[in-house]
Amino acid sequence: MSNYPDNLKYASSHEWVLLDDEGVATVGISDHAQDALGDIVFVELPEVGSEVNAKDEVAVVESVKAASDIYSPLSGEIVAANEALVDSPETVNGQPYDAGWFYKIKISDETELDELMDAEAYSDHCDDD
Amino acid sequence: MSKQTALYQNHLDANAKMVDFAGWDMPINYGSQIEEHNLVRTGAGVFDVSHMTVVDVSGEDALHYLRYLLANDVARLDADGRALYSAMLNDDGGVVDDLIVYRMSFGYRLVVNCGTRDKDLAWMVKQTSGFSVHLSERPRLAILAVHGPDAIDKVCDILPEEQVEPVKQLGNFKGVELGDWFIARTGYTGEKGLELIFPEELASDFWGRLLAVGVMPVGLGARDTLRLEAGMNLYGHDMDDSVSPLAANMEQTIAWDPEDRDFVGKKALLKDKELQASGSLPILTGLVLEQRGVLREGQKVQTDCGEGVITSGSFSPTLKHSIALARIPLNSSSCEADLRGTMTAVRIVKPNFVRFGKKIFE
Repeated sequence: MSNYPDNLKYASSHEWVLLDDEGVATVGISDHAQDALGDIVFVELPEVGSEVNAKDEVAVVESVKAASDIYSPLSGEIVAANEALVDSPETVNGQPYDAGWFYKIKISDETELDELMDAEAYSDHCDDD
Repeated sequence: MSKQTALYQNHLDANAKMVDFAGWDMPINYGSQIEEHNLVRTGAGVFDVSHMTVVDVSGEDALHYLRYLLANDVARLDADGRALYSAMLNDDGGVVDDLIVYRMSFGYRLVVNCGTRDKDLAWMVKQTSGFSVHLSERPRLAILAVHGPDAIDKVCDILPEEQVEPVKQLGNFKGVELGDWFIARTGYTGEKGLELIFPEELASDFWGRLLAVGVMPVGLGARDTLRLEAGMNLYGHDMDDSVSPLAANMEQTIAWDPEDRDFVGKKALLKDKELQASGSLPILTGLVLEQRGVLREGQKVQTDCGEGVITSGSFSPTLKHSIALARIPLNSSSCEADLRGTMTAVRIVKPNFVRFGKKIFE
C-alpha cells in the first residue's frame, strides 16, 4: 500500500511538492512512483541556477527496469539539488518524501500550485493507474 | 486465467510483488531486487522456478532421439545424474530453445523454458517420428533453485540425513535421484548451488524450512541481473528462432564430434560456420559502461565494423555499473551505444562479467 502524506501536493506525473514560507518548494517523487520504478540506480539532477517551466523535463531517474523522466510541477529557479542522491540513489526508494528529495525551486507562479492535487485526489489518481 | 505455482501463497506471505510471466503469476521481487541479488552473491537465496517445463524422455530410442534432437551430444553423459546445456535447433539452424538435459535412471530429463513450452513440446513430438520414444511432461513437479556461497550447506541442514552425503558429493553439473527428488548442481546465477526437482505438494513446506534456516526468497528481477553478470543467455532476448547459436555465444554447446552424428539444424549450422569464417556472422559479446547510465535491451550500437544491438542490458549490482550482451559485427574493436539519443562509448569485453562474486574481465 503506497503512502501519500497529507501535507504535500502532487502532480499527475507522480512528483510531490512541499512549499515553505519563503516561496521555495521542495520536489521529489511519490511512493507510488518509486515502487513502480523498482530499485533506482542513477539520478540525474537539474543544475542549480537554471530556470525551468512547469512540465519541463527536469531530472532523469534510471532504475533497474527503465529510465524515467521527471517533470517539474512548478516554474521557477532551481536553488538546490540533492547531491546525496548521486552516491545513494536507493534513498529515493527508501525515503521518497524525506531524504529522497530531488531539488528545491524558488517558484515564480503561485497559481500553479492550484493545479496540483491533494493527497486524497492523488491517491484516487493512483488507483486508476 | 493466470497459472500459479505451488508456492503462490508463500510468495504473497513473503511480500512478493507479483507480475505476469508468460501467463504465470510470478514474484519479480520481495522488496528490493538489488538486495536479493547481493544476498545470492554473499549468502543463499531461493528461487521458485516451478513454472519451467520438465519433460522426461524414456524408451529404447531415447538416446538416439536426443542425439538427433539436440545440438549438444547426450552420449557425453557417461553416468546417471550428469547434465549438459544444449541448444535445440530448427532446420534453419536457429535456436528453438536452450535447455539443460540430465541423464536419469529411466532415460533423460529435459528442463526447457516456460515461455516456449507449447512450441518446444510440439517440436519435440514432431521429431519423435521414426524413434521408439516416450515423452512425458511433468507439470506436478516443483523446481527450487538455491544458490550462493552458503546454499549447499543450508540445503543440507534441512535434508533427510541419508541425503546429505550424496548431495555434498555432487560435482558441478551432476545430480542425484533420491526417491521422488532429483537434486543437481546446476543453475543460472554463476554461484554454487542446487536445483531441486520434487513433488509440488512438498514445496510449500520445504520453502518454509529453507527460510527458517536463513535462505532468502529471490525474485525474477534478481534472477535476471545474476544470470547477466554470469554471461548466461536469456531465450527470447539474446537468441531466438531466427538466431544461429554461433551468433549467440553458444559455440561451445555444439558437439561437432563425432562427425557422423546427424542432428537437426546441422546442415544449416555448417553453412553458418562458413559465414563465420568469412567474417559475415555477427557475434554475441559483452559490453560495459563504466560511467553513469544503463545499457538496455534494444539500444542500437555502432562499432568500427558496423551496426549492432544490445540483446540484454542492466545495472550490475556486484560491479555497480551497467553491463550488457550485444550482437555486433565480428572483429569490432570499438563501440558506442545510443543511450537516449546520446552516442556513448562502451567497452567490448568477453561475455562473462562475474564469477563467484568477483569481477572477471579486464
